[in-house]
Amino acid sequence: MRKRRDTLKNAEQELRIFRVRSLLAILFVLVLTGVLAGRLAYLQIVQHELYTTRSEKNRVRVEPLPPNRGLIFDRNGVLLAENRPTYNLTLVRERVDDLDETLALLVDLLELPDEEIEAFNVRSRQRQRPFQPALLMSDLSEDQIARLAVNRHRLPGVEVEAQLLRYYPDAEIMSHVLGYVGRINAEELRELDTGRYAGTHFIGKTGVERFYEEELHGEAGFRKVETNARGRVLRELGRTDPVPGRNLTLTLDKSMQSLAFELMNGRRGSIVAIVPQTGEILAMVSTPGFDTNQFVTGIDVASYRALQEDIDLPLFNRAIRGHYPAGSTIKPFMALAGLVEGVITPDTVISDPGYYQLPNDSRRYRNWLRWGHGRVDLERALAVSNNTYFYSLAHDLGIDNIHEQMSHFGFGQRVAFDVQGESTGLLPSREWKRARFNQSWYPGETLSVGIGQGYLQITPLQLAAATATLANRGHWIRPHLARMVGDEPLPDVLPGTLDDIRLDNDAWWDRVFSGMEKVLSGSEGTARRTGVGLEYRMGGKSGTAQVFSLGQDQRYNADELEERLRDHALFMAFAPIDDPQIAVSVIVENAGGGSTHAAQLARAMTDAWLLRDDAPEADEVLNELENGSATVEGN
Amino acid sequence: MSPWQSIPRSFRRHPVRPPDSGIARRKSIWERLHLDPWLLLMLLVLMAGGLLVLYSASGQRIESVIAQASRFGIALAGMFVLAQLNPSTFLRWAPLAYGVGLAMLLAVEIAGDIGMGAKRWLEIPGVIRFQPSEMMKLGVPLMVAAYLNRCQLPPRFRDIAVCAVIIGVPVVLTAIQPDLGTSLLMAAAATLVVLLAGLSWRLIAFVAALVAAGMPILWMNMHNYQRQRVLTFLDPDSDPLGSGWNIIQSTTAIGSGGVWGKGWLEGTQSQLEFLPERHTDFIIAVLGEEFGLVGMLVLLVLYTLIVSRGLWLAAGSQDTFGRLFAGSIILTFFIYVFVNVGMVSGILPVVGVPLPLVSYGGTSSVTLLAGFGILMSIHAHRRLLSR
Repeated sequence: MRKRRDTLKNAEQELRIFRVRSLLAILFVLVLTGVLAGRLAYLQIVQHELYTTRSEKNRVRVEPLPPNRGLIFDRNGVLLAENRPTYNLTLVRERVDDLDETLALLVDLLELPDEEIEAFNVRSRQRQRPFQPALLMSDLSEDQIARLAVNRHRLPGVEVEAQLLRYYPDAEIMSHVLGYVGRINAEELRELDTGRYAGTHFIGKTGVERFYEEELHGEAGFRKVETNARGRVLRELGRTDPVPGRNLTLTLDKSMQSLAFELMNGRRGSIVAIVPQTGEILAMVSTPGFDTNQFVTGIDVASYRALQEDIDLPLFNRAIRGHYPAGSTIKPFMALAGLVEGVITPDTVISDPGYYQLPNDSRRYRNWLRWGHGRVDLERALAVSNNTYFYSLAHDLGIDNIHEQMSHFGFGQRVAFDVQGESTGLLPSREWKRARFNQSWYPGETLSVGIGQGYLQITPLQLAAATATLANRGHWIRPHLARMVGDEPLPDVLPGTLDDIRLDNDAWWDRVFSGMEKVLSGSEGTARRTGVGLEYRMGGKSGTAQVFSLGQDQRYNADELEERLRDHALFMAFAPIDDPQIAVSVIVENAGGGSTHAAQLARAMTDAWLLRDDAPEADEVLNELENGSATVEGN
Repeated sequence: MSPWQSIPRSFRRHPVRPPDSGIARRKSIWERLHLDPWLLLMLLVLMAGGLLVLYSASGQRIESVIAQASRFGIALAGMFVLAQLNPSTFLRWAPLAYGVGLAMLLAVEIAGDIGMGAKRWLEIPGVIRFQPSEMMKLGVPLMVAAYLNRCQLPPRFRDIAVCAVIIGVPVVLTAIQPDLGTSLLMAAAATLVVLLAGLSWRLIAFVAALVAAGMPILWMNMHNYQRQRVLTFLDPDSDPLGSGWNIIQSTTAIGSGGVWGKGWLEGTQSQLEFLPERHTDFIIAVLGEEFGLVGMLVLLVLYTLIVSRGLWLAAGSQDTFGRLFAGSIILTFFIYVFVNVGMVSGILPVVGVPLPLVSYGGTSSVTLLAGFGILMSIHAHRRLLSR
């Protein structure tokens, strides 16, 4: 009985305990539910906007629409740079079941080199988000595309994507002047406006492509798309179309450029041709050239090294960066300097014993003709390329005046408006020598400069620009490569144009021109063989740039010298004299004297521009050069 | 007067009615079916709402909804069958069920299958493959309730020690599988029985202090992935694309839903697949995104009503075993809700706990509705026991 009573009592007590405890449990449940409700209210009311933004950022992706790059034409509308559709192989890692197996299959199918796989591994590590395709191989051939199409079912995650790629139809001929585009590198990326270049992978690296990058590139567009978590685009929410880059019409004439390239015939050197009245650059060739298209798709290491280590330096743009002694081509400008400064008149005559001596100095500065030319005036000095006349003139002018006057012709500075990477050359002065060597200027050095040797160094472009200015009777027009940017022509007067050169007597120009005409047409002219059969009046001046200097009283025989130690041949010319249409500078490295080789090429250029279809072809000119005498006469 | 007097009449009806006086009384259809209509109605509303959310969360695949609905059908049938059994049956079978469960946990430790980096599964090849730990979530509290039923309450220290052993062994065996989530839920369910039985407050405070002190030891014995979960919980942005992804996406889904939600099938986080596990453990984030705070509060109120009704039914049982076990079942149900919603909304670390009767999946629905079946059986058979 007692036990029974106990249990009954206990049952009551147990029920009471349970009721109190479950009441507490209910309270606890309500408190915890309140905590949850509070948390949800915090997320959904207080932080609602933050999470709405986050969810929109998840859902909406802004995709850049890169603009099409502007095309480049020559002055006659011939296409020089175009955008060609190419096909790239991309791979989305997240969609591939077995990466190693897929890569092995691709290597097998496409005969991929190992470097491509290496490069792919690097690129796929640089991805910014999952499901972003990584480039495996660019510029697939039709055969490769076909093989991929057949095996498509075995290659999930592997896609063939179309892309516009820059293409240069005349890559080698245009290589230096046009330049090329290449993949944007890390350094360029830091400087770029990332908004404008969103989605753009290429940027102009050299030449016109670099200088007119801004105009050629255009403006990127954007489209807003809704994507799911796997990055698949579900629909387009809105878009701003890209503004394509502006087309560029150059001043270059493709046929002139091709001719210049062919005339060089594989030799090292440069030809630059300018229209004097307008400053339009018709041709600007540096040889040897190279295939710029290789740089667009990405050149392989071996080919790049081969180009870099080539002894002929094909990557080097001689036309604007090659430093050459001007040689005797400086003489017309020296003559003009003398006329401007009043040191000489066209009628000044000197007597040439075959050498020049500075006062109180025994050293003899030799004329190229050992026994001298006798009585020499301005015109004859130019025609026969007399050194003694110009030694005397240089001495009378002094280095300060020479520096001043030569800079008016553009030497020692960048002359063109839109040529990327132009070098200044070197126009020496007392200050320059003091800064460079911490030495004072010696009078003998002035004489060297007077005949275009010594410290003076010019670029082929500078020589052509100076020749054009001379042909314009001192009127400067800044040389340029662009004729039209989009539909807009370049302004008539370009910024940075140099001041005109004025002579006291305008007829003196004709005297200088006459001297230059006699170079080609006079009985004593150094290039009289080139002047045979001229159908218009042409003025020019030959030059020889010593690659290595001779000691006092030494003579040399060109045939005995190693090819690369032979002198550079230079020639500058313009025609017709009464109404100059073209100014040319020619430099052929190690071709011996300028009066034969370089003069022939210069005339071929003026013939082509003035006679058009009646002009001889490049191979005819080259044949004649081959058969004609290779004797060096004068300098 | 006890505080229960303030509860509305409809809820009060069964418990306060005087015991059957022997006079023939017409039994209602629900009494004959041994079911509680209020609880059943709320469960059905919950399941129906769950199916609605599931349709959206599964990417509008009607197949998923049909599969889930048929599982609900099976689970409801199981619930009905269990509700017909006499609670004394559960009491009788408790030691055996517990013993078998323990043996299987040991078997898992010795010869279990490894899945997802943990030994959880026991397989009789070609016949069945299951997790004994899942079964023990009901088995351990059942055993504790059965044991305490024989003791005088509030339990004395010796009884509590025995309970600690009953709870400790399977919990440790589960924890070393390793399955920390299940072992903690198992421990919670069984501890609730002891708490409801009247564990002294001083002891509760002492154990709480002990647990707090034991945290560092627990941390040192955790596996790397478990530690990672805790770290991610503390700062999800430390690894936004990796382990922090789930919690960032789920809070984003809930938060962007706002007060009224984006509308059914209109949630971008869910429909565009940014939300991971969206039809299983993280399904509530879909509700939060598409139905907003309003939808979430309706759900929470529904759960609270179910828990309240369940506790009310448990309190109506005159027998210790039934009370304790029923109370434990219903409070465990609430713990599921709290842990799931807490984890998805970012106030608890991510543990694999589904949202009761809403998340897609068969096992948990069956276990849960089995629990409700037992609860209804305890309620419906109370007069038989009181005799």
